[in-house]
Amino acid sequence: MTARAARLFLALSAARLFVEPAAAGEVPLSERRSGYEFMSRETRAMQDDDTGNPGTLWVLDGEALWKRKAGASDRACSDCHGDARESMKAVAARYPAFDPALRRPVNLEQRINACRVGRQKAPALAYESRDLLALTAYVTRQSRGLPINITIDARTRPFLEAGREAFFRRQGQLNLACAQCHDDHWSGKLAGSPITQAHPTGYPLYRLEWQGLGSLERRLRGCLTGLRAESYPYGAPELVDLELYLMWRANGMRMETPAVRP
Amino acid sequence: MNWREACAIAFSILVGNAFAGDSIPASLTGAKGDPARGRAIVANRQVGLCLLCHSGPFPEERFQGGLAPDLRSAARLSEGQIRQRIVDSTKLNPQSIMPAYYRSEGLERVAPAYRGKTILSAEQIEDVVAYLTTLK
Ligand code: HEC
Ligand code: HEC
Ligand code: HEC
Repeated sequence: MTARAARLFLALSAARLFVEPAAAGEVPLSERRSGYEFMSRETRAMQDDDTGNPGTLWVLDGEALWKRKAGASDRACSDCHGDARESMKAVAARYPAFDPALRRPVNLEQRINACRVGRQKAPALAYESRDLLALTAYVTRQSRGLPINITIDARTRPFLEAGREAFFRRQGQLNLACAQCHDDHWSGKLAGSPITQAHPTGYPLYRLEWQGLGSLERRLRGCLTGLRAESYPYGAPELVDLELYLMWRANGMRMETPAVRP
Repeated sequence: MNWREACAIAFSILVGNAFAGDSIPASLTGAKGDPARGRAIVANRQVGLCLLCHSGPFPEERFQGGLAPDLRSAARLSEGQIRQRIVDSTKLNPQSIMPAYYRSEGLERVAPAYRGKTILSAEQIEDVVAYLTTLK
């Protein structure tokens, strides 16, 4: 091959790499779209109407639990935190947040359980149990319409980076990275379902496929299973790191909890 | 290689036509596959998974993928080229999202039930190859 031909060859090969969807492209702010925008008119209407939104049932349960005394302390959340509409406003929008005792970020479910155990002196609520989902939905409901607001500092940066790394890592028997679907092919369809950008704006949310409310971790475990990858137990640090990355990646987007998804 | 050949290769990479290493001419089992079984594998969402990403001539399947070319586009490929794409398409395009169906090494965090196993067996791959060559 002559030098000129070799150069041309390389230039053309490089050009091909550029034509491929950018492998490392995060979705630019102006193009960020919630899963809501990919839904049918009927499913959107279900989310928008509080009386028709099945997630409302969990929010109401959560409100009742908020006021109910529990544990050896015989205290309710409201005994310490007062009116959640004030005290919990915009709180969920900044979770996962750094927990100084654990020296790592915790998600909202873990934060609520920390109060259950440490303040109420009651047993921790199981992940995905009706009560934990209800309390989480009720607390998160107080952020509805407010922008996601994750701030990263020196303490949380390593966990954000671990989450980002997991998002870009190919894994499972199908050997796919989250980013290959949710950054590179978000406008495409997988077996007829919109892939979407995977923004965690609506959790806990009511999924028609689940016929119930579920957490963001449940959704992440679903995508991992789809890739035939090893899953993580609920509350695993790896899942919380991914949650932190997803929330940070959606900074500025409005919370929708309790959302509805297909 | 002269200038014209280099250009031809570069062009063929751009449009995805034949070049060295782009084809596995020999059957993985030494035998010909069965196209009817191949069609069933392709259509099955848990076995072939093809219709998650591809569309194809499957009027009975309502939900098909929109991430990859219609499988009828395989008509322009030789049998060996089709086999290579199913065995491991990342050999042709490292960024490909198409899973390597005949690879069990170099994968990360595979769920225990699938560890050390390929997505399809050699025999299943030959069935799928046999089916796709009927689309010509
Ligand atoms: C005995 C008092 C007490 C009770 C009861 C209590 N908490 Fe707390 N909670 C606190 C205190 C104090 C803090 C902040 C200090 C800390 O980090 O522990 C806190 C922090 C929180 C936070 C984090 C707020 C933030 O700004 O990051 C959440 C969420 C929370 N509580 C929810 C609950 C829920 C839900 C319940 C009922 C299941 C509950 N708490 C019960 C005292 C209480
Ligand atoms: C093969 C493509 C693909 C890959 C790879 C993938 N997902 Fe998904 N994901 C989907 C599809 C399709 C949906 C839409 C859900 C549905 O209706 O089934 C989805 C939904 C989601 C949602 C829900 C968004 C919402 O609006 O509530 C989140 C979050 C998510 N994925 C995160 C991830 C993470 C994290 C990974 C990597 C561990 C991942 N996904 C890997 C295809 C993929
Ligand atoms: C996760 C998505 C995905 C799955 C699953 C998948 N493919 Fe593909 N396939 C692709 C993409 C994308 C391409 C385009 C070339 C590339 O990017 O590698 C492709 C290319 C091909 C080609 C070459 C088409 C051409 O015109 O060059 C063939 C043949 C093919 N796939 C067959 C199959 C078969 C058969 C199955 C199931 C056994 C399958 N694919 C499963 C995504 C997928």
